Amino acid sequence: MQAPVVLASTIIDASFVDYLVIFAYFVVVLGIGILARRQVSDSLDFFLSGRSLPAWVTGLAFISANLGAVEIMGMSANGAQFGLPAVHYFWIGAIPAMLFLGVVMMPFYYGSKVRSVPEFMFRRFGTGAHLVNAISFAVAQLLIAGINLFLLGSIIHALLGWPLWIALVIAAAIVLSYITLGGLSAAIYNEVLQFFVIVAGLLPLTLIGLHRVGGWDGLTSGITDAAEANPDTVAPASQQLNSWPGEALTGFDSSFLTIVGIVFGLGFVLSFGYWTTNFVEVQRAMASNSISAARKTPIIGSYPKMFVPFITILPGMIGAVLVADVADVKAGETVAGGASGEGVTYNDTLLYLMRDVLPNGLLGIAITGLLAAFMAGMAANVSAFNTVWSYDLWERYIVKERSDHYYLVVGRIATVAAVVIAIFTAGLASNFSNIMNYLQTLFGFFNAPLFATFILGMFWKRMTATAGWVGLVAGTLSAVTVAFLSEDAFGSWSTGTLPIAGQGASFVAAGVAFVVDIVLSIIVSFATQPKPASELRGLVYSETPKEDLIDPDEAARPWYQRTMPLAGIALVLVIILNVIF
Amino acid sequence: MSTTKHTAGAFDIRNIIGGLIGLYGVILTLMGIFGDKELDKTGGVNANLWAGLGMVVFGAGFLLWARLRPVVVPASHDDQSTAG
Repeated sequence: MQAPVVLASTIIDASFVDYLVIFAYFVVVLGIGILARRQVSDSLDFFLSGRSLPAWVTGLAFISANLGAVEIMGMSANGAQFGLPAVHYFWIGAIPAMLFLGVVMMPFYYGSKVRSVPEFMFRRFGTGAHLVNAISFAVAQLLIAGINLFLLGSIIHALLGWPLWIALVIAAAIVLSYITLGGLSAAIYNEVLQFFVIVAGLLPLTLIGLHRVGGWDGLTSGITDAAEANPDTVAPASQQLNSWPGEALTGFDSSFLTIVGIVFGLGFVLSFGYWTTNFVEVQRAMASNSISAARKTPIIGSYPKMFVPFITILPGMIGAVLVADVADVKAGETVAGGASGEGVTYNDTLLYLMRDVLPNGLLGIAITGLLAAFMAGMAANVSAFNTVWSYDLWERYIVKERSDHYYLVVGRIATVAAVVIAIFTAGLASNFSNIMNYLQTLFGFFNAPLFATFILGMFWKRMTATAGWVGLVAGTLSAVTVAFLSEDAFGSWSTGTLPIAGQGASFVAAGVAFVVDIVLSIIVSFATQPKPASELRGLVYSETPKEDLIDPDEAARPWYQRTMPLAGIALVLVIILNVIF
Repeated sequence: MSTTKHTAGAFDIRNIIGGLIGLYGVILTLMGIFGDKELDKTGGVNANLWAGLGMVVFGAGFLLWARLRPVVVPASHDDQSTAG
């Protein structure tokens, strides 16, 4: 071993070749930043890539922006703990919402030429709803960037043995340099590259793991044996090997309520709220070169997204059988070690599987894939933050009507500030990890009422500006209230009045937020004055001419370049996947 | 500036993807031939070699795609240098 090991005990022994692979990636990442800089001549180039990218690029960036650290580690952890029901986060909790975004909502976002999701809020509902949306989004992005950065630092620390703060600063510096140079283009190009590196790392890991465990049959018998050996702590094998209904995931006893919770709470409210209103995602589609490409962005993204469970959840399930440390954790034992150094958890499954099955070389690519995912996740947060900060807060409320170049400079400064703040947030996260988790839960609650307000506002011209902000605030507050009344959504601060816990509690909280938002918005709308119809063109379905919502060139293209056929095939595929598993 | 259309040249993301994945493929293939195969970890498969060959093919495919269907730079960007 030629590994320059700094710590005595890292989880993985990286060799010279692994370092070479990692180094090559970082050189390319910075190179993309420098190359993309030549394309930035005004603020639209910097914040929205000049609306010039083809659909397959934005489509891959669309899912890569979400395929960050939390997603990869979290979903493999879910796979190890719950088995197949974790696929609900993809096939129920993502694909339908992504298709809906492309088919129904994207024409309004792209067609109205807004530069951000909060700006759409401003045009439809005015200042109140805009401020609520812009500020909560900006704060949430800073926090989540910090959490991504902290996870990145702790993984580098665990894998390579570098001190945490050095890992933090180096990772932050790399992200900072390529975004300040190349803006959104650099972020998006790197996200596309990152997607392929992640697949190059995780696909061999899954295949070799599956080979080692004895194929699908070996995996099922391994899971069955483990479940029968510990019926008290492990969910029955039948629940782990079938995606439906998924009681282990929600924590509900009844399979009927579980299905309702998953379909309405996760599949409808949480997922539609996240995928259709989160500017981190929508920004990728806004960067595309036509309304047709913008609509196809989430739809093209849905194809790889469907198969991501096979390289995240499946290795998690394999790891829980193959890796002794994780199998012991699943059997209810406490095992020393783990990335945190405080004992092995399900989150470590992927790292341990990499250690056990990958030879040096492939190991380097898998590590690179993880590092890439963490950095791209953070870069996505930062590039969405700087846009909302510059356009929606600074230009709209603080310093108005300056030259375009002025706002480009503001965007670059905001990027530097966001990264510095993220380093401090990461430091906080390392000391108060529980509080960070609860804050993340809290920000998740902003999304559910957002979707309610958007969808009502897009299809009901009577909805008023007052209803916009009242619905948002009341919906969010009601979700927070449910979380406090649940057993554990806010840890020891939750009172336990309602008998719901775990992921089920989030589904219920989101569902309540949605209903409260809709009901209050309707009541308030009838008591207040709506906006005149002339101001609603491009924002409300009934007030927008059909030709504003479609690309006139699209009908002439072959079927595989048109929005609706692509969306239809994706829907059929995801239904087939649900039936098989 | 000539009136012919400029292609995006090296800064086509497909070239970068093809180049990096192809490089990884070459490194892994060499590791698979000359390096420690660590067959106990992989269950008897020369994983580096096969993954490496797969990545070489993938990388070459992307380079070929970029070569056959080049990105055309819009006319408004013609005044910028297209070298590189």
